[in-house]
Amino acid sequence: MTALAALIRRDLRVALRVGGGALIGVLFFLTVVVLMPFALGPDLALLKRLGPAILWLGALLASLLTLDRLFTADHDDGSLDLIVMSRAPLELACAAKAVAHWLAAGVPLIVATPVLGLLLNLDGQATLAVALTLLAGTPALTFTGMIGAALAVTLHRGGLLLAVLVLPLSIPVLIFGVAASNAAIAGPDGFGAPFSILCALSLAGLVIGPVAAAASLRHGLD
Amino acid sequence: MTLLDLANPTRFLSLTAKVLPWLAAATAILLAVGLYQSAMAPDDYQQGATVKIMFIHVPNAWLAMFVWGVMSLSALGTLVWRHPLADVSAKAAAPIGAAFTFLALVTGSLWGRPMWGTYWEWDARLTSVLILFLMYLGLMALWRAVEDPTRAARAAAVLTLVGAVNLPIIKFSVDWWNTLHQPASVMRMGGSTLDKAFLIPLLTMAVAFSLLFVTLHMAAMRNEILRRRVRSLQMMQAGQQAA
Amino acid sequence: MQPAAITESRNVMESAAFRLVGRALTCIRGGREIFADLGFSLSAGEALAVTGRNGAGKTSLLRLIGGLLKPAAGTIVLEGSPDESPPAEQAHYLGHRDALKPALSVAENLRFWHAFLGGERDSPPAALAAVGLDHIAHLPAGYLSAGQKRRLSMARLVAVRRPLWLLDEPTSALDTAGQALFATLMTDHLAKGGLIVAATHAPLGIATRELRIGGAA
Repeated sequence: MTALAALIRRDLRVALRVGGGALIGVLFFLTVVVLMPFALGPDLALLKRLGPAILWLGALLASLLTLDRLFTADHDDGSLDLIVMSRAPLELACAAKAVAHWLAAGVPLIVATPVLGLLLNLDGQATLAVALTLLAGTPALTFTGMIGAALAVTLHRGGLLLAVLVLPLSIPVLIFGVAASNAAIAGPDGFGAPFSILCALSLAGLVIGPVAAAASLRHGLD
Repeated sequence: MTLLDLANPTRFLSLTAKVLPWLAAATAILLAVGLYQSAMAPDDYQQGATVKIMFIHVPNAWLAMFVWGVMSLSALGTLVWRHPLADVSAKAAAPIGAAFTFLALVTGSLWGRPMWGTYWEWDARLTSVLILFLMYLGLMALWRAVEDPTRAARAAAVLTLVGAVNLPIIKFSVDWWNTLHQPASVMRMGGSTLDKAFLIPLLTMAVAFSLLFVTLHMAAMRNEILRRRVRSLQMMQAGQQAA
Repeated sequence: MQPAAITESRNVMESAAFRLVGRALTCIRGGREIFADLGFSLSAGEALAVTGRNGAGKTSLLRLIGGLLKPAAGTIVLEGSPDESPPAEQAHYLGHRDALKPALSVAENLRFWHAFLGGERDSPPAALAAVGLDHIAHLPAGYLSAGQKRRLSMARLVAVRRPLWLLDEPTSALDTAGQALFATLMTDHLAKGGLIVAATHAPLGIATRELRIGGAA
């Protein structure tokens, strides 16, 4: 346990210091959301209706963007070799890295949501709903994305290929995230069912993501 | 003949060289019979002659999913048993699966035009198949992105298995999403049991397309093995010149 | 800077007589056979220098022992390791890259590996003193020179005790003083019953047996 806690602490420190990627993700999120009214027009009623979808798309892209370097950074400086060789099971080490990434890059997105909700003319309840669904759903995005990040080590490249591989896998999260937000805002369907499924997706990702990432890393270090 | 004998690529090549012509012939005959039966099948009282698209569409859609199953088994072979032919099988299957998926989409779209009045409807099934098609393309991009086939094989195997777990979840989500957005406005096929006059040609075509897949897959695997041999010969040549 | 002697050995390694044995190893990478039917054996207190021309598979052999590559054929066992754990878990790997985060301080880098690797350990400050970096422990690792980064990696070997050291060109970035320091550390490790496998072009400054791979250069 101390080993995993140490790994989480280190990744958090690296992410928050100079050169770390945590805040760039929030900045990207902000930019995407600010860009939307230029494409859609400054119609506040329309923005209010599309608000949850815009916020979810922004969060999806921001988390994908920051995940790119999750394992390649450690691979480039040689840390990954030592992590694979260590006594801590690789699956748990992968999960720890994902948790650290979510704390450093996912949580700031959720914190930024209320501000962006204002820009999109969302009222308090709607903003709260979107923030809640992001809280439940962004772990699933992190765990799905980490599979792609681990593949990037094997492939020696990330970027666009990574997006092509990972984005289709995150369709369910997007569907239920937006569905739950819209249900809370407009009704008539309940918020509970899609929200529970969103939580279930995060839990399933917690199992599948680290196992798949570890399998990919074990076979991909040649 | 055990599976272990087949594991040897040389054995595989010599065996498939014998089997392949017969398979190809059987596929051609069955396909001809199936097409004839389809042409002779009566028109549907509701859909008219367009119902005949079904005889192409349904086998393609069925194979689109079946091929992912074949690739998942191959992926297990790569990761768990390190079977020497497993990654060859997985790599050869991906473009064929993508082709079947593409045909399923096109025939579905052509069928949708007279039935729904539009080429594309964000119907749950069409959407799921479209996502499946995207995943096939992603997998093929991954195969092309890495020069070393063994390294690509492992990455592709992980992604294939993740896809196999994720596809039912995606299907379920899209069904949910679809009922949320357009409640039952789309006219749906099926429901009633198929008449014998439709069922027999459909089954013939399904078997014919399955045979077509086996034939194409086998031929593609042979090509891939030969391609890898050329690659290692060239690498040996490069090594000799360096020494 | 004079290396502080590492005192107070806790006698972890003497208790079990380790022996590293590799049998009939074949390594294939990218469809190319690197080496075939390679065997070696190494007893406690011995160092093995792996030599050979570029591309002969020196690094590959180290990575095979460390479990980072899988052999196409053959086995590697560390006899005498507790619970039949794989050699990787009993080994330190010092590769070409130093496994340091430039944004973290020297002390933070070492403390992380100290906590993460676990097992039998010495205190990080003592290890930093042993490699002569204690006076710059608070600086970011990004400010260090290549030789100093190497020393910081060496501190990892001292801070966390592992019987088997896998070293890939360990002295390449080091100056004469650094090489002498590293020789002292290795001698100390061997005296405590440790094992060393090093891929190298240059002499290491300690008594070694040689394993030449890839035939005549």
